[in-house]
Amino acid sequence: MTIAINTPSADAVRGVLGESAVQVLLERDEVTVIVPSKKIVEAMTALRDDPRTAFHQVMDVGGVDYLARQPRFDVAYQLLSLSHNGRLTVIAQTDAHVPSVVGVYPVAGWFEREAFDLFGIVFDGHPDLRRILTDYGFEGHPLRRDFPLVGFEEKVYDDLHACVVSQPVTLQQDYRAFDALSPWQGLTDVQKREGGA
Amino acid sequence: MTEPVQVLVRDKDGKEGAPFTLNLGPQHPAAHGVLRLILEMDGEVVERADPHIGLLHRGTEKLIEHKTYTQALPYFDRLDYVAPMASEQCFSLAIEKLLGITPPERAQVIRVLFAEISRLLNHLLAVTTFALDLGAITPALWGFEEREKLMGFYERVSGARMHANYIRAGGVARDLPDGLLDDIEAFCTPFLKFLDDLETLLTNNRIFKQRTVDIGILTKEDAIAWGASGAMLRASGVAWDLRKSQPYDGYETYDFDIPVGTTGDCYARYLVRMAEMRQSVRIMRQAMVKMPTGRVMVDDFKVAMPEREALEKSMEALIHHFKLASEGYRVPRGATYTAIEAPKGEFGVYLVADGTNKPYRCKIRPPSFAHLQLLPLLAKDHMLADVVAIIGSLDIVFGEIDR
Repeated sequence: MTIAINTPSADAVRGVLGESAVQVLLERDEVTVIVPSKKIVEAMTALRDDPRTAFHQVMDVGGVDYLARQPRFDVAYQLLSLSHNGRLTVIAQTDAHVPSVVGVYPVAGWFEREAFDLFGIVFDGHPDLRRILTDYGFEGHPLRRDFPLVGFEEKVYDDLHACVVSQPVTLQQDYRAFDALSPWQGLTDVQKREGGA
Repeated sequence: MTEPVQVLVRDKDGKEGAPFTLNLGPQHPAAHGVLRLILEMDGEVVERADPHIGLLHRGTEKLIEHKTYTQALPYFDRLDYVAPMASEQCFSLAIEKLLGITPPERAQVIRVLFAEISRLLNHLLAVTTFALDLGAITPALWGFEEREKLMGFYERVSGARMHANYIRAGGVARDLPDGLLDDIEAFCTPFLKFLDDLETLLTNNRIFKQRTVDIGILTKEDAIAWGASGAMLRASGVAWDLRKSQPYDGYETYDFDIPVGTTGDCYARYLVRMAEMRQSVRIMRQAMVKMPTGRVMVDDFKVAMPEREALEKSMEALIHHFKLASEGYRVPRGATYTAIEAPKGEFGVYLVADGTNKPYRCKIRPPSFAHLQLLPLLAKDHMLADVVAIIGSLDIVFGEIDR
């Protein structure tokens, strides 16, 4: 599959970001840049305002939880430049706190709320950091890798009090994870092709 | 315009002029789903709008992490359930990008054909329910009749009217049935006539224009800063369409125009969607003319299921079938953000693969999520009835906002 995207060269991104860019990766035709989480606001401002990059839109902000890694979370910002027709993924690695980029890109407001809700990543300086997707009064951050798929609480209708109440999850049978992943690492055609390309 | 009614509300200390809080939804026909909207009103004028979402949250992204790539695909039908195949296409493109495979040409043309059918499905619902919110009942009745025909095409190709599970990584699930293309072709000409009829009901309708012109104006600068995409962005005067600028599935080989609005109000968004439907028919016709012959799935049993007949003759095919049905295919380690021009705007998937048969993380970027965020900005200083018009013109669907 070929998607023709004029990705700004890794050099342009490095030129704009200077020392802030820890690592610039080119994977397939996508450029990813890792930025220290403390410098994310300056980096995003530079990427937006510098005419070499001109990333005027951020399309998505999402967390990724790497449970065993230090720091634990990735916050991935997907930038889009309408004038250069380019995309860039900016990743900030963090354990809990990232400065909010709402001041640079107002659209990040809800996406950061979502990442806060689902991962518990706190965006410092966010004007309105409330939960957004989960229920009122929900506890925990469901997209963390250590949060069980079935959750902790379920809602049931209480006949006695004629209202909906929360109670601990009770399953008639345990959740069965059918993991058919073969321990045998056969070389598939797909992997062969990837290595050869 | 009539003067807004001044309602003097006293707060608990007896002071006059405190804002009046109005709770719209979550069960409200004009909220287009389960939107709970807290409005702070000064009389009949909205001072602040605070959308509460998440009432349809099903944990799609969490569930996808526990399913193989093939099993995760049906969740995408249930995101934007108005145009299901568009989301499927995005996820399939993301997997294909990580696998490094390209679907056969016939599969790509079928995808384009059904992506445009999905666009018609979406815009028919968007435009006609928008009109319904403003008091026009007839367009919705007409539009749903056409939608039913299009869902019939969905059913004939995939077996399901809505949740198709048709566009798979590596191609499409099965080939087109006999006679389907003739019927789609026969649908196109009367449909263009239908669009003309629909426009006679709305485009120059005095009531419709009074309710939409200069309502909810989104400036070009705001549209860019607030991450608008699709028809929302184009209605504000930005000529941007991923089918043209970052083409996928061979869109660069089709001849079509991108309608762009100038005013950025609710009326411009309506006009852009109407014009896009005509362009979609143009693309569908080209796709049917060029429809090549050949396979509809990659010729690689490591990704694609072998054909039913092969199972009876070939041991290899049987093993591949068993492995694909149980373990699924492994996707090499890597990450991609793949976006398509879904009917509502830019639908993106940030897919992180860890080399196993399940996605490590699948972040879905729904266009409606970003567009609904615009509501407080657009609704400010408008009257309550205009909020309904603005919600209708945003074209939101809660399946993908709440995920």
